Amino acid sequence: MSLIDDTPEGTNAPELTVSELSRGIKRTLETTYGRVRVRGELGRVTFHRNGHCYLDLKDENAVLAGVIWKSAIGGLDIRPQEGDEVIATGRITTFAGQSKYQLVIENLAYAGEGALLARLERLRKQLAAEGLFDPAAKRPLPYLPRVIGVVTSPTGAVIRDILHRLADRFPVHVLVWPVAVQGPQSAPQVAAAIRGFDALAPGGSVPRPEVLIVARGGGSVEDLWGFNDEAVVRAVHDCRIPVISAVGHETDTTLIDHAADRRAPTPSAAAEMAVPVRAELVAMLADRDARRKSALAQMLKQKGQRLRDVARALPRPSEIIEVRRQRLDLAAARLPRPAELTKARRQQLALVATRLPAALNRAVAVARIELTRRSGRLGVAHLAGRVERGRERLDGWATRLVPAARRKLASASDRLSAQTRLLGSLGYRQTLARGFAVVRGEDGDVVTDAASLSGGTRIAIEFRDGRASAVTEGSGAASRPRGKSGGSSGGRQGSLF
Amino acid sequence: MSEPKIAEMSFEDALKELERVVQSLEGGQVPLDESIALYERGEALRAHCEGKLRDAELKVEKIVASASGDQASGTAPFDAG
Repeated sequence: MSLIDDTPEGTNAPELTVSELSRGIKRTLETTYGRVRVRGELGRVTFHRNGHCYLDLKDENAVLAGVIWKSAIGGLDIRPQEGDEVIATGRITTFAGQSKYQLVIENLAYAGEGALLARLERLRKQLAAEGLFDPAAKRPLPYLPRVIGVVTSPTGAVIRDILHRLADRFPVHVLVWPVAVQGPQSAPQVAAAIRGFDALAPGGSVPRPEVLIVARGGGSVEDLWGFNDEAVVRAVHDCRIPVISAVGHETDTTLIDHAADRRAPTPSAAAEMAVPVRAELVAMLADRDARRKSALAQMLKQKGQRLRDVARALPRPSEIIEVRRQRLDLAAARLPRPAELTKARRQQLALVATRLPAALNRAVAVARIELTRRSGRLGVAHLAGRVERGRERLDGWATRLVPAARRKLASASDRLSAQTRLLGSLGYRQTLARGFAVVRGEDGDVVTDAASLSGGTRIAIEFRDGRASAVTEGSGAASRPRGKSGGSSGGRQGSLF
Repeated sequence: MSEPKIAEMSFEDALKELERVVQSLEGGQVPLDESIALYERGEALRAHCEGKLRDAELKVEKIVASASGDQASGTAPFDAG
């Protein structure tokens, strides 16, 4: 084999550069596949930060890279999701630099109804698993709502049917939130309207509805697709106002029907669910009123009848009295006469009265005899005797009194003389006569101890016939003798020490 | 017997209460004095319910949404055409 690429025999293909070939391929591919529709399953789907969406389309044997430019995403009918069976519309472009090609997708659609339903089923299962369709969470509708919110197209038969049915049954205040019910804008608008109604505050300028109807007429699966949108389903689930869904015909079931509190087969049926029939209520009220009145009337009639019955059974007053009156008369006849009752007592009284004066006289006589007897013992001689005996006893005592007093007085006088004599012999003055003297300090108290006298102390000496003053010798201490020149009283006093 | 204020009752509650009143009266078991009170309460309930029914009037408005589309900024007359 030759290292030089000799042109094989019989061919005259020109030699191309890589760029030339790449350009050629690009031209060929982009011309040939300038507009293609490709059916496949979506593989990995990536929404890039830059806003573009990168994805793979695949089947059993091949994979095709695809891109949806940011500008195209808003116009898509569906939002790509891995696993969706789709038909992508677009064109092939190449990357010469990497020897790659890709499909630039301009539109995506589900690949037929089967693919759409498979997609729907997946979403339904996912939301059901989250509990968005929980039957226990469904709220009862108000019995008589005053305000009803309707989310639907402002034009067409649906809103007219609802309004007509409401007017027929029970006219109320209706707030219509106009939305697109088809196309890519439908789902976001419906979701926004539901959330918008729920955001209304009670008592605000826009009255808060007590029930919502989300309605759309019949259509193809694709037409109703917006009501399968996850955003719509979540808005219904989150809404605190009870929601009636009425989308499509009875045979069409969209996911909003699972999330709504009630599902109506048609918009008219939704109106019927929302309000009762006023005429029926009026009739019902009239019926209850009539029953109320007749019940009371019936009751009064029964009670009146019973009153009359009972009254009839009552005996007549005169009958009750007559029996008793008769008994009274009989008893009265048997009563003894008062005069008869007192006759015996009166006779007894008369008898006793006749005995009364004689008894009284007897009692007075007895008392008088007793009086006489007692006054006989009450004589003056008896008293005089007692006085005389008393006087004699008094004279006896008086004669003994004077000598006794004299004796007592003499004895006391003797004792006094003896005591006086004893006092004279015991006094210190008698000892002064015998040559003793009493020394007194300056304060007049008797001095008994030499130690209590200090030098120069003025003292007084009491003799039998009077007192003389002196001053002790020395100064300060009693034990220290003072000079002979010291005392003003002279040596007579000093010689004492 | 608890007696909630009739003026604050919903139509439905007032109607149910009226039902009870009527049944009590029809049962004939309540003393006469009480029946008369019940009867008068029934009358008040009936008047309350009738008031709720009488006010019924169809009024249709459409929501004028904010620029963001998710808030009601007001209402406008609505003609379904």
